[in-house]
Amino acid sequence: MGLAERHKKLERNITLLAVGTFITVAIGGIVEIAPLFWIDNTIEEVEGMRPYTPLEQAGRDIYVREGCYSCHSQMVRPFRDEVERYGHYSLAAESMYDHPFQWGSKRTGPDLARVGGRYSDEWHVQHLQDPQSVVPESIMPQYGFLSETNLEIGDPSAQLTALRRVGVPYSDEDIEQAMADLILQADPDAEGDVEDFLQRYPKAQVRDFDGDPDRITEMDALVAYLQMLGTLVDFDSAAAQEELAQEKGR
Amino acid sequence: MQAEAALGRTGLWFIVLLLSVAVIATAVDSGFAAHATIIAIVAFALMVMSAARFDPVSNGRTFFKMPDGPSRYDDDVVRWGAIATMFWGMAGLAAGLFIALQLAFPQLNFEPYFNFGRVRPLHTSAVIFAFGGNALIATSFYVVQRTCRTQLAFPSLARFVFWGYQLFIVLAATGYLLGITQSREYAEPEWYVDLWLTIVWVAYFAVFVGTIVRRHEPHIYVANWFYLAFIVTIAMLHIVNNLAVPISFLGSRSYSAFAGVQDALTQWWYGHNAVGFFLTAGFLAMMYYFVPKQAERPIYSYRLSIIHFWSLIFLYIWAGPHHLHYTALPDWAQTLGMVFSVMLWMPSWGGMINGLMTLNGAWDKVRTDPIIRMMVMALAFYGMSTFEGPMLSIKSVNSLSHYTDWTIGHVHSGALGWNGMITFAAMYYLFPRLWKRERMYSLRMINWHFWLATIGIVFYASSMWVAGITQGLMWREYGPDGYLVNSFADTVAALHPMYIMRAFGGLLYLLGAAVMSYNVWMTLAGKLRDEAPMTDTPHNEEADRPIVKPQPNAVPAE
Repeated sequence: MGLAERHKKLERNITLLAVGTFITVAIGGIVEIAPLFWIDNTIEEVEGMRPYTPLEQAGRDIYVREGCYSCHSQMVRPFRDEVERYGHYSLAAESMYDHPFQWGSKRTGPDLARVGGRYSDEWHVQHLQDPQSVVPESIMPQYGFLSETNLEIGDPSAQLTALRRVGVPYSDEDIEQAMADLILQADPDAEGDVEDFLQRYPKAQVRDFDGDPDRITEMDALVAYLQMLGTLVDFDSAAAQEELAQEKGR
Repeated sequence: MQAEAALGRTGLWFIVLLLSVAVIATAVDSGFAAHATIIAIVAFALMVMSAARFDPVSNGRTFFKMPDGPSRYDDDVVRWGAIATMFWGMAGLAAGLFIALQLAFPQLNFEPYFNFGRVRPLHTSAVIFAFGGNALIATSFYVVQRTCRTQLAFPSLARFVFWGYQLFIVLAATGYLLGITQSREYAEPEWYVDLWLTIVWVAYFAVFVGTIVRRHEPHIYVANWFYLAFIVTIAMLHIVNNLAVPISFLGSRSYSAFAGVQDALTQWWYGHNAVGFFLTAGFLAMMYYFVPKQAERPIYSYRLSIIHFWSLIFLYIWAGPHHLHYTALPDWAQTLGMVFSVMLWMPSWGGMINGLMTLNGAWDKVRTDPIIRMMVMALAFYGMSTFEGPMLSIKSVNSLSHYTDWTIGHVHSGALGWNGMITFAAMYYLFPRLWKRERMYSLRMINWHFWLATIGIVFYASSMWVAGITQGLMWREYGPDGYLVNSFADTVAALHPMYIMRAFGGLLYLLGAAVMSYNVWMTLAGKLRDEAPMTDTPHNEEADRPIVKPQPNAVPAE
């Protein structure tokens, strides 16, 4: 019986055809994606990763809202020129709390995976308000409205709760304190226990980010997010290097 | 309509209206409230319409009428879909030209609603899902009826599919401008819009499969295999990739169920197969019906269509990881993705060969029939971009091309060349038949459209090749001192002329579509342009002769 003869069974029976099609298209995804959830060395173990603070997460939501990923990647590839231009190549662990991931697919602007700490807050604010004033060749749009818009995200605890539901390890205290933590990080005059905050969110940067201490704006949140990008894992420490060198299967 | 039914429907829409108003009042963010307002407006319009329809004599003349009887195909939805395809096509191409100009002239960004980051998904969704999606829904309903020799199953559900899909488009498009996005490329709409699309898609599946079930032909024609694979696979991709937890059921934001590396591969498994099944399988289905019909020749090889169908749908799914070469995705997954992408070249060309060889014995029509010429050009671009794709998926090539405009050029040679051209050709086939006209208003305008589009693509693709390779090489350029030569800003400045050329190419393509819109408008108005037919070959039998002179007698050379 030839191929065409055998195929007649399928093409005369819509159930067989539909089920056959579904099985055929399901295989690739199952084989490629499912193992990523249980193969251990998919995400290497590194020191220093922690969930985002409420303010950083709010900034990240603005980053997503404005479609920054359309032009900026957050994924440094392991090439000499990229490592020299942007810093150590990105590790899977660095985006383990990213819901959704922001690796991007196009660099109309530079990679931002390690932009944290490279420029001052003032530079970021000036650059977001009028990019061409600091980089004349830039084709980036202006985001001045962020400075004028108060950060209104309703209840930050709800955001942290939703993130905990998808697997980010926020503690009950983190969720309870979310609003207080958010205000504390952006407002130097706010009352609160900075020690406790830093205990729960190591390396978090506490200051007024947008140059306007009287209120918390969307600019505060976005700059806080940009300033922490790539700062959590310390690649220069010998321990981290050693762990990376020992890793197998990558 | 009966009084009870009219009252029931009006009441139903009134409840939807009340619910939307309640949601507007309690919404967590303004974007969600704006979307609830859109739903409220739709519900209000439908409520008024249901109430107004309580008119016993209106039954016969309403625009929403069911088919005239069992001896006619049910083409209402196809007609609306054809018009929607034209409308969204113009909108999507105009949005594309706008963002192309923004990249050349950043002053064209108007914060916050018309900044590049918000308009770019508007462009991609408008051309892929609004233009392409309406073309697919309209043609699938047309083709499945003809090839099954039966009417659409569930006619009311088919109408729901069309209008429900338009609502999805409106919610998605307005959402982007309002900043409502999941940031998943080509799957940006948020959780509630995704749920709505799922409902519409299940209805679409039911209508399509239901029609096949009641077919009067023993065999299911090959075009329907491809439409079926498109509908089934898009359902699977859409559901898995959009798994998310909303922050509040009264707010627009949600967080993806997956994080980091798993999220990235899930997204590009979706992203690549949106290309594979929305823009390839679905459009191959169009090709398998409209090319043989227009050429009046049978499909070249039945056996090839079997082989290339199953291998195409099997291999495509694996190719996703080539979007993540040299990232933090494990190497084994990257390599698998590359190998399957290269293999994918063969079934892709199987489809191209099957389409082109169908013209055997009818190649003269490329000269005389501009619609056939568009189809041939579409298949040629399909072949070209399905060669370029596997090439770009090779890791060493990808290390240069990734993150640059080369990818943008590649996508557009496929989208403008293959999807655009085959859709335009199918629409030129459909419009005169759906509205029972003798032919399109003007065949010469189709010719103009063909050349505007082709030259537009050439400008687009070549400028993006140059831009991509230039930028890729500038990023990695080292001087003799061992330092990087170019700052990032240098590479941006270098691309300016290419961005202008790209926008010019896009303008030509848009102009071509505008010519088509005019042509369609006049066809629907029932007009025929008085023009010399394309098939006429000027030939003067009298003049086309050798000169015959009296020959002098041959004199031997002495």
